[in-house]
Amino acid sequence: MKKLIVLSALAAMLASGTALADTSGKKIAFSNNYAGNSWRQAMLDSYGIVTKKAVANKVVGAADIFTTADKEVPTQAAQVQNLILQGYDAIVINAASPDALNGAIKQACDAGITVVSFDGTVTEPCAYRVVVDFKDMGKQEVEQMAKFQPKGGNLLEIRGLAGTSIDDAIHAGILEGVAAHPEFKIVGSVTGDWDQTTAQKAVATILPSLPDVVGIVDQGGDGYGAAQAFAAAGKPRPTIIMGNRQDELQWWKEQKDKDGYKTWSASIAPGVSSLAFWVAQQVLDGRKDIPHDLLVPYLAFTQDDFEAELPKIVKGGVASHEYTQEDAIAAIKANIK
Amino acid sequence: MTAASVDTGLKASSERGALARARLLRGLLPALSLALVLIAIAWLNPRAISYFGFSLMLNLAIPIALATIAQMFVIAGNELDLSIGTFVGFVGCVTATWLKDAPLIGVAILLGSIGVYALLGALIHLRNLPSIVVTLGMSFVWQGLAILVLPKPGGKAPDWLLAIMAFKPPLVPFPIIAALLIGLVVHFGLMRTSYGVILRGSGGNPAALGRAGWSLLKTKIVLFALAGLFGVLSGMALIGITTSADANIGNGYTLLAIAGVILGGGEFVGGRVSPIGAVLGALTLALAASPLLTFMHIPPDWQVAANGTILIIVLAARVLISRRER
Repeated sequence: MKKLIVLSALAAMLASGTALADTSGKKIAFSNNYAGNSWRQAMLDSYGIVTKKAVANKVVGAADIFTTADKEVPTQAAQVQNLILQGYDAIVINAASPDALNGAIKQACDAGITVVSFDGTVTEPCAYRVVVDFKDMGKQEVEQMAKFQPKGGNLLEIRGLAGTSIDDAIHAGILEGVAAHPEFKIVGSVTGDWDQTTAQKAVATILPSLPDVVGIVDQGGDGYGAAQAFAAAGKPRPTIIMGNRQDELQWWKEQKDKDGYKTWSASIAPGVSSLAFWVAQQVLDGRKDIPHDLLVPYLAFTQDDFEAELPKIVKGGVASHEYTQEDAIAAIKANIK
Repeated sequence: MTAASVDTGLKASSERGALARARLLRGLLPALSLALVLIAIAWLNPRAISYFGFSLMLNLAIPIALATIAQMFVIAGNELDLSIGTFVGFVGCVTATWLKDAPLIGVAILLGSIGVYALLGALIHLRNLPSIVVTLGMSFVWQGLAILVLPKPGGKAPDWLLAIMAFKPPLVPFPIIAALLIGLVVHFGLMRTSYGVILRGSGGNPAALGRAGWSLLKTKIVLFALAGLFGVLSGMALIGITTSADANIGNGYTLLAIAGVILGGGEFVGGRVSPIGAVLGALTLALAASPLLTFMHIPPDWQVAANGTILIIVLAARVLISRRER
């Protein structure tokens, strides 16, 4: 009997409901696994700005942020499980691991929760992925390098956090780029963990054993550190690809003012967190045609436009872009083929 | 019987009674702190106190409990293992790759890694090396091997393992049954068998044990091998829950495991450990660190610090109560 009532209520809801549901009562949680660098701080800021406005305008009911205390996978898996128990309607997640959270993500989907991952995306098919084309970014680094160093030569590669999908994708792109440009040769590789200090130490350590390098391909957050290491060793300054950090662009500007130094800068905009939020909102809104894999462009700056961006970035921060609901709808449209 | 002897007899028995009470309190403490955390969770989010809630909140506590037991064996011998976290990660990577694709090789690797643990015990004893240094070194070795086995996150848990960890018994959630089972099995082995007494004695009074003719080399090897065994079980249980692996998956377990042993009534020296306490300690830490924190709705900027504060409060409560024993 009870079942019958529930079923008929459901039927009535389906009959009366339009294609677009009301999301003003929906609660969206953000599960974040790390907050300890400038990029992540900018990511949280962008998310906070956009969601506060969305809550104030009654677009969604609540948008809470949860950050785990360590970078560990099990901690975040437990966090996702707790968010399920809290009764959120959607979880936006920057995941500690693309695969190892799948168990918890699946549990969330089974409980009827929409999961949207970005930056650190998850492979569980039921989740949505807002993906930045990191592989293309790596490839583009070498393409750009070929413009600045047409004669080719030796390259030094700075890797990101070992064992992550982002590091893997950028590295694969760089290898692809080098394969397409045989005039370049990677003569050394160090781990910079996307951190200026770590990168500086790593580069300084390998520098004495390296032949002359013409360029550095990296992953962002490590360019300024590399520049410092070269300066400290008294070695000639190579072409260093930058990663949109304030200190990197500042250094680039100083060099450009001095002798017209040329390079290129690219990174994923931390504000992509706000795009993921809007995608979650769109799914809750009842849209059924959203592809589970959404490719969004990375944020790049060239010789001509980086100086205009520089004043907008806070000291120690990174260039960002806050996305709007319209941006999300446009991005979804661009991905529906 | 004279009045005086009755008097001394009474005094002795009341002293014994006080000691027994203190010991009982110490034994109950891990259970008390777990109950406190559970009450707090029930108050913050009543929905969590259900079959579904306990299954979700506690299933990731199982690998922590197993890692804590592993650490407990090492601590029972007055040593400390700083490599258990990365070892769990390494086991996880092997479980998600070799154990699924080539079970025989996978089993051989896992048995071999337990053997490595036993050898470490022998090395630490024979060369009289500080275990902190040896295991810190090994933590990098395990991490490196894990990245070699699984350069990027992925792999898949064997189906039988997924089936075990997803098991839904009637009435009582699986994680609770598993925790009980782990606690009781280890309690029986370490506290109720005669060789268990020898193992604890090797931490309590190694000189006396040595003079009595027991091989301290053997006890150390056995303790480390048991640590290796439970490390393997922890890694497998973890992968059974997460379904796939990541080279960095277990890194946080090293300190959690040490905290779990201490919270569970163990001491760093003297062979004083409690298996059931360690399991309860691990469950308490797992609940205090994540569900409690998530349900409290703390502003994001403070969450990381709040996590640490909760851990300190829980551990401080244990120190306050166990001090009354002295």
